[in-house]
Amino acid sequence: MDTAIIIEKGIFIVVIFAITMLFAMYETLAERKIAAWFQDRIGPDRAGKGGILQPLADGLKLFSKEEFFPNTPNRFLFIAGPAISMSTALITSAVIPWGDTLHIFGRDVVLQATDIDIAMLYIFGVLSVGVYGIMIGGWASNNKFSLMGAMRASSQMISYEVAMGLAIIALVMMTGSLSLRDIAAGQHGMSWNVFYQPVGFLIFLVCSFAETNRTPFDLAECEAELIGGYHTEYSSMKMGFYLFAEYASMFISSTILAVLYFGAYNFPGMDWVTENWGANATTWIGVLVLFGKICFFIFFYMWVRWTIPRFRYDQLMKLGWKMLIPLAIANIVITALAILWSDGKLF
Amino acid sequence: MSDLLLPPELRYAKMIEQRQNEDGSELAILNLGPTHPATHGIFQNILLMDGERILDGEGTVGYIHRAFEKIAENRPFYQITPLTDRMNYCSSPINNMGWWMTLEKALDIEVPKRVQYLRVIIMELARIADHIICNSVLGVDTGALTGFLYVFQYREKIYEIYEEICGARLTTNMGRIGGFERDWSPAAFKKINDFLEEFPAIWTEFENLLSRNRIFMDRTINVGPISAEKAMSYGFTGPNLRAAGIDYDVRVMKPYSSYEDFEFDVPVGQSGDTYDRFCVRNAEVWESLKIIKQALEKLPEGPFHANVPDYYLPPKEDVYNNMEALIYHFKIVMGEVPVPKTEVYHAVEGGNGELGFYLITDGSRTPYRLHFRRPCFIYYQAFNDMVKGQMLSDAIATLSSLNVIAGELDA
Repeated sequence: MDTAIIIEKGIFIVVIFAITMLFAMYETLAERKIAAWFQDRIGPDRAGKGGILQPLADGLKLFSKEEFFPNTPNRFLFIAGPAISMSTALITSAVIPWGDTLHIFGRDVVLQATDIDIAMLYIFGVLSVGVYGIMIGGWASNNKFSLMGAMRASSQMISYEVAMGLAIIALVMMTGSLSLRDIAAGQHGMSWNVFYQPVGFLIFLVCSFAETNRTPFDLAECEAELIGGYHTEYSSMKMGFYLFAEYASMFISSTILAVLYFGAYNFPGMDWVTENWGANATTWIGVLVLFGKICFFIFFYMWVRWTIPRFRYDQLMKLGWKMLIPLAIANIVITALAILWSDGKLF
Repeated sequence: MSDLLLPPELRYAKMIEQRQNEDGSELAILNLGPTHPATHGIFQNILLMDGERILDGEGTVGYIHRAFEKIAENRPFYQITPLTDRMNYCSSPINNMGWWMTLEKALDIEVPKRVQYLRVIIMELARIADHIICNSVLGVDTGALTGFLYVFQYREKIYEIYEEICGARLTTNMGRIGGFERDWSPAAFKKINDFLEEFPAIWTEFENLLSRNRIFMDRTINVGPISAEKAMSYGFTGPNLRAAGIDYDVRVMKPYSSYEDFEFDVPVGQSGDTYDRFCVRNAEVWESLKIIKQALEKLPEGPFHANVPDYYLPPKEDVYNNMEALIYHFKIVMGEVPVPKTEVYHAVEGGNGELGFYLITDGSRTPYRLHFRRPCFIYYQAFNDMVKGQMLSDAIATLSSLNVIAGELDA
């Protein structure tokens, strides 16, 4: 029995890892294609049909580039930076419920690597570690532009984590659990959290943009001012790791958005499907639905990136501390009152 | 020795040493350039930074100085146009036409009305191309790449019009003394009409994308402002001066090439900040479109060059069959044309401001002295004053909206 679980989880982890990597790879192509679409261009179309092999070509190019080391005393940290970024971007996927239970080979397979009851805290912890990758990389580059990018990134992430956490508190108060599985299961059918927590969702969405360093919060690497920001001095696959980590974390944060607020694998009419086609069909469709939602959020990230300019550093701080945090606190108070009221304890 | 005479890096090093922040932090020197994506060319800004804030700055010019004024002293008059191409390369035709007009003023040549109108059309097209670049690149520097690539195809269409007229795209070397090298083809007029038809929709879309965008407004309003008095004392002209609220436009104040025949407004701003500069340029594009339309409507028939055989090359078949034409051809190509001893200043409203040509001749085949009044050179002097006390991101946006073009800055 134990061996079976280990094998089952092993296979599952490999599959999830592969899917994350595949998504991150094809996000790079999607980004370029979507940008091209927005800007009335064609976009990459030389490698394979419609540019389908472009990510492979990019990877090959990055691998074959010269490994450049700046004149820095922190050679080890210089290598550690992208590694930390990459690994933190990938390990978040461990707690995400990709689907409901699947009955195959006479067993109940839970489509989740691990269901820990403090999944939310785990995600926050990993996200906080993620900033070290940028911070260390920027510091070790021994370059003023990199350092400035790193400082911007770290102060931005720290400020926005507060608002993000406060937005989540309201959600946790409502669902009564920190486990992502419970939160997902609680949004059965069409009772998605976004309908009960619209303000919380907006705050969380804005903070996700900040946490993934995407426009309009891409101050850490804004090419017009800081050349490349924290990865100015990076070349070859180390640079590739930073870029890859950005896309992987975009995938993960889209997933978290979908799981927390957009009903995870739940979809309207799932009870009907279970009744008529069986529970397995619901699970499979649920997985597809989740990926559909993820793709939508990824597209949303790109949509925003190619539409609006970026903030200035002080405006970013102002938005984080003076608007989002008070709003999140107000949201908590209102949610608390609403819970009390619905329990009949108010008035 | 006064500290001001020291090179900036030494001066700043001294300041860093002297200043002791209470929290133990230090000031830093940041080299913005010479090769930095925001400089759009090559020039260096040495900035003294307190974190993200700029305390002081000093610009260095001369990275692509090509000694155009000196080269011009050794060239026959008609060979100086290629030099003017390479100043503000975003609107070369204006530079070319400005030079021909200066020369015609010196030689006292009357240019046919048709040529004047054609020149107005091409100069306004060049102004549109210049403003397209400046405004869309301001978008890029604040982080919005889409507007830039979206309107850029219309700059390409303007370049196709240049190509139809003179065969070149970037460094146009367009026109001759007294007119154009050939009459404009029907294809050129068709391309201009197509452009006039398609471009307004695109430009409206571009304006919608940025001009009322909250983030863009926050990024540009009150960024890099300059007061009207200060702008005047620095010698600002063109859109940058008009953004500060002064309605000085060479086309209106001292009309050349029949600009007095056309109806157009001179848009002005109020505060002289980055947003006003952006809006003034946007509005000027619409005014330019208006002028082009009027010029096309009123375009008279007639010759495409003045009747000046001393300066205008005869047609090739005449050169082969006609002795007089051969002699003219030889004299013009060798630069042996009669030039009076004179001193003229002629200014045109360039893409960036008053582009002046100060020409002194001594009767020989080359200018005795030629000075280009290059607006970018003047704007760049004010840059450090404008960004003092602002954030690094503001400096980038300011530099971008001043439209400092390295080619014109250094000449």
